[in-house]
Amino acid sequence: MADFLGVPLPALLGQLMLGLVNGSFYALLSLGLAVIFGMLHIINFTHGALYMMGAMLAWMASAYLGLGYWWSLVFVPIVVGAFAVVIERSLLQWIYKLDHLYGLLLTFGLALIIGGVFRHFFGVGGQPYSIPPELTGAINLGFMYLPKYRAWVIAVSVVVCLATWYMIEKTRLGSYLRAATENPALTQAFGINVPIMVMLTFGFGAALAGLAGVLAAPTTQVSPLMSSDMIITVFAVVVIGGMGSILGSVLTGLGLGLVEGLTKVFYAEASSTVVFVVMVIVLLVRPAGLFGKEK
Amino acid sequence: MNTKVSIAYLAGLALLVAAPTVIYPVLVMKVLCFALFACAFNLLLGYTGLLSFGHAIFLGTSAYVAGYVIKVLEFGPLAGIAVGTVAAGALGWVIGSLAIRRQGIYFAMITLALAQLMYFIYVQAPFTGGEDGLQGIARGSMFGIDLTNDLALYYVVVGFFAAAFWLIQRTIHSPFGQTLKAIRENEQRTISLGYDVDRYKLLAFVLSAAIAGLAGALKALLFGFATLGDIHWHTSGEVVLMTLLGGMGTVFGPVVGATVIVTLQTELSDKVGSLVSVIMGCIFVFCVLVFRRGIVGEGVALYKRMIGEKVH
Repeated sequence: MADFLGVPLPALLGQLMLGLVNGSFYALLSLGLAVIFGMLHIINFTHGALYMMGAMLAWMASAYLGLGYWWSLVFVPIVVGAFAVVIERSLLQWIYKLDHLYGLLLTFGLALIIGGVFRHFFGVGGQPYSIPPELTGAINLGFMYLPKYRAWVIAVSVVVCLATWYMIEKTRLGSYLRAATENPALTQAFGINVPIMVMLTFGFGAALAGLAGVLAAPTTQVSPLMSSDMIITVFAVVVIGGMGSILGSVLTGLGLGLVEGLTKVFYAEASSTVVFVVMVIVLLVRPAGLFGKEK
Repeated sequence: MNTKVSIAYLAGLALLVAAPTVIYPVLVMKVLCFALFACAFNLLLGYTGLLSFGHAIFLGTSAYVAGYVIKVLEFGPLAGIAVGTVAAGALGWVIGSLAIRRQGIYFAMITLALAQLMYFIYVQAPFTGGEDGLQGIARGSMFGIDLTNDLALYYVVVGFFAAAFWLIQRTIHSPFGQTLKAIRENEQRTISLGYDVDRYKLLAFVLSAAIAGLAGALKALLFGFATLGDIHWHTSGEVVLMTLLGGMGTVFGPVVGATVIVTLQTELSDKVGSLVSVIMGCIFVFCVLVFRRGIVGEGVALYKRMIGEKVH
């Protein structure tokens, strides 16, 4: 069997695949954070809670309503997005004029509330959520077995990220969005309803987090604790990539997933810290972030 | 300090000295540890405009180091407190130098992420005892006083608290503190006036980290253990909440905030379980939306309106 630096090649590739799966979640979450930040100038601390909510809703839909994975994949992001729209209209819209730090504090409080409510009703135990039958099993690529579900997660998130990029950079709606980010007052003067755009942006970013949650549900134990550290890792991803560029945050997310996978193979003890170590290095070498612009 | 603050400070001190006759001293000590922690945090958020979202790491680092010095190296509590405080300050220097490379919201995210990095290191490091924490830190004796007596420890804690609180006030009202406020109000202008803003920020950060460390070492001595809970980001969130609720940028706000939050948590933790974090979250949302001046800030504003001064 082929080896690479003393590690069997299939094992290495398997870990890299797992890393890419994690990277897909980082990419979806940091993309949502970046889109929201661009428009609202709020760092959304609830993002991890929304991700957890996505997974929990998928599990609840299956446990209480008997709705399968495919239903959840479509409807859970919509529900999470709608929930976020309600939050935006009822709470966030009052603080846009304040210092940006208040946005972080408010969403931090909301994350505590959402997490606490789910822990109260569902405990902290993990719930199993099975892979849909269409995606179980693996494909033999000759040099490795590729589990179908992992390939699916990576494919979906890459497609969704690219579609988001296309929508923002190449469509009319996206041009309104960019205009509203650049100069809300002027955009409003041209007859575009900026508050609605802001509301939809927040809902869309949240829906991405919900989608990541549904995708993650079959890969892990679904529990209210699954998000507790995720959001901080994603913050580090965002600091590394810089929030200025959409493709940048996607690439950073996937790349860091790969780095994490590699670390698991060669020095497993550091796998939980490697993203933060990369952040330290980036701060030392290129403080504005890999894709950020120097001010 | 101006006269009103001095009077309030002395009155508060007198209250603290008399408190054990009516209140269980351990509860007051716990409040004082968190109040000191919040005051240290307020020096950064309230007076320099820097939101450090990972401040628990300084509290916890010092608790672990103090515990290690006392329990394993078998030096006394005074050495433990001193070494713990210095260690927190040193870590503050490292984290601060990295975090001040970015401004605003990024600063908050970086401090949070670096604190999480340290958290993962501490989980694996042998000297912290991992999930079990560092247990059985003996109080011992200081200056010939036996600290196993709650009341004796109480007066030692009050002494440290009063000294550190005074130091923070002294800092705020020094030319150094004025520069910090200038940075908070307008960083660009402060730079153009010729101040090396990064040096001021870093020094404020180190000072804040060290005082947070002092609070952590005292807490470790009080309860006899240091655990992962001390360094978890929930604790970082709590100190933000204490400062916000009490009134950021006010002298006594963090003390009031810490008193309310610690009392609430002590009262509620047995009764409502995981709903505690829901309640904390609701207070957060309430404060940000309609109560941004905090308890002390609102009180001062009310007083000013009553005597006919203008409030902006």
